[in-house]
Amino acid sequence: MVETRDPSQIRVVVGMSGGVDSSVAAYLLKQQGYDVIGIFMKNWDDTDEFGVCTATEDYDDVIKVCNQIGIPYYAVNFEKQYWDKVFTYFLEEYKAGRTPNPDVMCNKEIKFKAFLEHALKLGADYLATGHYARVEERDGETVMLRGIDQNKDQTYFLNQLSQEQLKHVMFPIGGIEKPQVRKIAEEAGLATAKKKDSTGICFIGERNFKEFLSQYLPAQPGKMETFDGKVMGTHDGLMYYTIGQRHGLGIGGDGDPWFVLGKDLERNVLYVGQGFHHEALYSTSLKAVKMGFTSNEEKPKNFSCTAKFRYRQEDTPVEVEMLEDGTAHITFAEPVRAITPGQAVVLYDGEVCLGGGTIDEVFNNNKKLTYVG
Amino acid sequence: MNSIYLDHAATSPMHPEVINVMTKAMSEVFGNPSSIHTVGRSARKILDDARWVLAKSIGAKDNEIIVTSGGTEADNAAIFGTAYALKEKGKHIITTQIEHHAVMHACEKLEKEGFEVTYLPVDRSGRITLESFKKALRDDTILVTIMYGNNEVGTVQPIAEIGEILINHQATFHTDAVQAFGIEKLNVDELHVDLLSVSSHKLNGPKGIGFLYQRTGTPLIPISFGGSQEKKRRAGTENVPAAVGFAKAVEIAQQEIELKKEKFKTYRDLFIQQLMNDNITFEVNGNSEHTLQHVLNISFKGMEVESFLVNLDMSGVYASSGSACTAGSIDPSHVLVAMYGNNAEELRNSIRFSFGLGLTDEQIIEAAKRTSTIVKRLLN
Repeated sequence: MVETRDPSQIRVVVGMSGGVDSSVAAYLLKQQGYDVIGIFMKNWDDTDEFGVCTATEDYDDVIKVCNQIGIPYYAVNFEKQYWDKVFTYFLEEYKAGRTPNPDVMCNKEIKFKAFLEHALKLGADYLATGHYARVEERDGETVMLRGIDQNKDQTYFLNQLSQEQLKHVMFPIGGIEKPQVRKIAEEAGLATAKKKDSTGICFIGERNFKEFLSQYLPAQPGKMETFDGKVMGTHDGLMYYTIGQRHGLGIGGDGDPWFVLGKDLERNVLYVGQGFHHEALYSTSLKAVKMGFTSNEEKPKNFSCTAKFRYRQEDTPVEVEMLEDGTAHITFAEPVRAITPGQAVVLYDGEVCLGGGTIDEVFNNNKKLTYVG
Repeated sequence: MNSIYLDHAATSPMHPEVINVMTKAMSEVFGNPSSIHTVGRSARKILDDARWVLAKSIGAKDNEIIVTSGGTEADNAAIFGTAYALKEKGKHIITTQIEHHAVMHACEKLEKEGFEVTYLPVDRSGRITLESFKKALRDDTILVTIMYGNNEVGTVQPIAEIGEILINHQATFHTDAVQAFGIEKLNVDELHVDLLSVSSHKLNGPKGIGFLYQRTGTPLIPISFGGSQEKKRRAGTENVPAAVGFAKAVEIAQQEIELKKEKFKTYRDLFIQQLMNDNITFEVNGNSEHTLQHVLNISFKGMEVESFLVNLDMSGVYASSGSACTAGSIDPSHVLVAMYGNNAEELRNSIRFSFGLGLTDEQIIEAAKRTSTIVKRLLN
């Protein structure tokens, strides 16, 4: 759908986090003359014993920015939905020895579902966010493109968005590079212009990951072993480690540094080995589940494209074979290091993000790597 | 599109006459009422005049009025002040499950300090029963604090009856009358209360001022320390212009009380009638007999309060959902929880409309029509 209406006739709800990106997104839309409404989404409550809550501070920033821009603001609460759809999944995946990606799930189930529905109920035509991605009309469909700032591109986290969701989406800063976003915020004097970017998973924030997780899942310390069965020490609980990780193992001695190679859930053993390029870390294909595509057009059974297996990784050329049950077998042009079950595999055709799925099984020359989960 | 403010229970616009007397006071009288010179005395004079008006409005003496920064401070001063003053006589406090946070959180704090608090339950209309009160009352009860009229659903409690029960009991009886004052005629002797809290901005006076009535002889330990203002019961230089404005607002409210009651009753009926004409499915929360007429809390079947309120705002109808919330937190209203239980749909679909100065019958009907339009659109 190509917009022909005057921007003032188009209502856009901006999901505002209290950060600089969404602040500038709202600011630019307002500049362009849209009927803009800022909405803060509260998904998590981290109120401490002194009543301090990150969300309250972030919402204060949203209020300041909205008043500066001159748009109405509201807040909406999705704590329950977030808990049910994202956090429960997050814990389940860790329990299963995998490394989940809650941001992908949050975009799919909360931001561009529950929140989008909320925006539409308010008479919005579009939902805008401060993501580094772009949408464009091509042949009657909305395509999602990588953000211009290759360093910041966030399509990896948005890969599960469907055509129906994308139709209602705007990414006002996707065509701008991050330093420029800061500059716009500074020139406009926005309260969040100098605010530090948030890092890590939103509900954990700056806190210690281990400590956070241990509040929800019992940690079972166990042995660290080489594939030969040599005990190298103890681990604090398998869920604290991810494939290819180097830090936090505490194994000294001579030779190359040690890395996490895999896990044996049944024996509660963490496999470790020496060398960044340890051969056990490499794989040549994977099985992905819950495949979703941004386009409604039917995909051919086999196609070539590029893929990312984690955020901010270089693309790898791949061959995709779609299977009957909605899963896919994805073969890489060359071996890839540290592919991790639970993470997203995201497919691209040039600038276009095609969609993706969840990495379920990993293979090296058709042999399943049972130790990666 | 003209906007219609139906959130007078949250705060109310200042009456033009209030603004006039305050402007005059601010430009002509700047003195400190405690100063011994002429400038100070002129401030003291208008402060005392104001205090007299406040006292008279509830049948009290002027030395029984402690001017505070508002309802919250008055509630806090009453509750902590009494608990600390009487702690040798007992540690038991009685309140209800539907108090304003200014009372509820103060009681919770005292619980942490070792006091024992009974939170009386209410029925589905938001009313406590005298039986449950009598059952809860003990020899070592030192404070009973029960609100006069509820700010969220409007339900009025049997304050005079409770006061009577307490006549020969050691407990100090406090009522938070913030929402009721100016809407209902209140007389401290008829109610048999020892302490009563009032706020100015709910009745078209300025913000940042209120008072606590303290019956002569009722012990209170002050909770703020400094100068000897308010007979050493509340330290800090008095907000004289606000006190003058407050008194004017009270004076006007007293004159119009019966008229307002009638008017708000009409508004309720008009609003409800319009929703019925529009075939909206709804229930009025609260007590039809014992209610503050200006609070109309309605549960709309199938609606979600968050998007409902935003839609109302965008259509120029300003209402709220019980207690104000911060940063999207939707702690369900403790008042509705007390009335309906933890999982009731009323917790998610109730809106408070509240009436006040400057409204017309036409506006009420128009607001109800806009409400109906939104309900129909969102339920589709």
